[in-house]
Amino acid sequence: MSTETTHHPITESQAARPVQPTTDYGVVERPLSRWERLYSSGALRKALILAALALVWEVYARQLDNSLLFPTLSATVVALYNGIVSSGLLVKAGFSIKVLLMGYAAGLALATLLIVIAMTSRLGNDFLETLTSMFNPLPAIALLPLALLWFGIGNASLVFVLIHSVLWAVALNTHAGFVAVSNTLRMVGRNYGLTGVRYIMKILIPAAFPSILTGLKMGWAFAWRTLIAAELVFGVSSGTGGLGWFIYENKNQLEIPAVFAGLFTVILIGLLVENLVFKTIEVRTVRKWGMQS
Amino acid sequence: MLEVCKQESLLDVRSLTLQYKTKDSLVMATYRVSFHVAKSDRYVLLGPSGCGKSSLLKAVGGYMKATEGSIRLNGAEVHKPGPDRMMVFQEFDQLLPWKTVKQNVMFALTASNALPEKAAEERAMHYIHKVNLTKFADSLPHQLSGGMKQRVAIARGMAMEPAILLMDEPFAALDALTRVKMQDELLQLWEDTRFTVLFVTHSIAEAVKVGNRILLLSPHPGQVKAELTSTGRDDVDPSNGLRLSEHIHKLLFAESSSVEESAHVD
Repeated sequence: MSTETTHHPITESQAARPVQPTTDYGVVERPLSRWERLYSSGALRKALILAALALVWEVYARQLDNSLLFPTLSATVVALYNGIVSSGLLVKAGFSIKVLLMGYAAGLALATLLIVIAMTSRLGNDFLETLTSMFNPLPAIALLPLALLWFGIGNASLVFVLIHSVLWAVALNTHAGFVAVSNTLRMVGRNYGLTGVRYIMKILIPAAFPSILTGLKMGWAFAWRTLIAAELVFGVSSGTGGLGWFIYENKNQLEIPAVFAGLFTVILIGLLVENLVFKTIEVRTVRKWGMQS
Repeated sequence: MLEVCKQESLLDVRSLTLQYKTKDSLVMATYRVSFHVAKSDRYVLLGPSGCGKSSLLKAVGGYMKATEGSIRLNGAEVHKPGPDRMMVFQEFDQLLPWKTVKQNVMFALTASNALPEKAAEERAMHYIHKVNLTKFADSLPHQLSGGMKQRVAIARGMAMEPAILLMDEPFAALDALTRVKMQDELLQLWEDTRFTVLFVTHSIAEAVKVGNRILLLSPHPGQVKAELTSTGRDDVDPSNGLRLSEHIHKLLFAESSSVEESAHVD
């Protein structure tokens, strides 16, 4: 408002001013203290939360003192140890993972086929869009009765429902990723004379990789949940059941700590794959490329 | 050979009409535009938005089909994109984000089968050095500033040693200081290698500085309004007493001549 009564005299020199030595203030850059560095580590913060949860679990379960309803953490750990040593928990987990990988691989192959069809023509594109919007909302587990009818009790039924849970998530995300590749990048690829398979492999797939990876992650998560649920319904085939069957069997025998141990294993394997396998891929690709923060 | 020598024109655009489809209409971008670009020309297409200058460049790049007329490069009809016409775009995302600076330049050479791996690397480093990015050869695009990304794109275009370099407002998304610096660098590079460039811009100042020849286009649809020669120093033309930029300004805004609109284009 009162520009007349400005504190800066108009006569102030307009010449360049010398740079002041910043050492006058003391610190320009200093390493953070140990506590500041520890607190900024996400893994450490989460480990603290886990420890607190474990403590709450143990205290509450001891107070409740009813191992049929809610066993203690220590009992669960013992059951987990016994399960691994004597009742073949790891073998069962391995069995589950084997079936899962079979279903996952088959789902990916079919998704690739669908996307190829979708990329070749407009009708194929509509075909994929219609199929995905139809089947994506359908929970895989709802197909289980049909699977049992068609394929009987056994791995074939499991693989069938797994394919259903992987296929649509992967196809939908990959296709969306391809569609979203920027026009500039497409023009760059064509500028080099790239066409057909080389164009897809060298331009489209890397450019759409963030979406493709999301699809792979979602497909994995869906498949893992579906598999455990399906195994709870029927897990036995050729003598060995999977993790879901382990949980179901122990519930029937009222071995509740073992049930908890089974659930624990499900969580651990899920975490392991999501945080180790997919995280590693993510850090080495899309994060490194700055395509996702 | 004789015909080429006679005309000395590298790129020959003749009576070119371009149309493109939007969601609900067919739009005419240019109407019967003709021009010739000689070897080592810095040929600028200048005009307000909607004059079809980008469409013209895309057509030369082979991304758009001519409705009428023809585009000939070294006598051969242009009908699809190719590495003999390297594009430099305005957008920063024109670099492949999953490749380093060096790999980006090399990939252009290897993907188009211009050079084998080893030779491509040497050529790539040569041009990266030319745009002063040797230190950043192993950086990924997202680690670079906008101006550096554009320099990589220019290095990539030049490394292909194309018949003609097509630049679509390459500096438009940069801040004013970087923009001026990039213009100087481009001219310096041109002094070095005398490449041929077709340069699209909507800035009169940039056209006068960068171009040796300027094609003025009028909008809706684009038609040639004038073809001018520039020395790059914005000299006063003794015949009309106007600076080149003033002359262009007058030509572009002759009808409207409102101050408001003249402020619109730099």
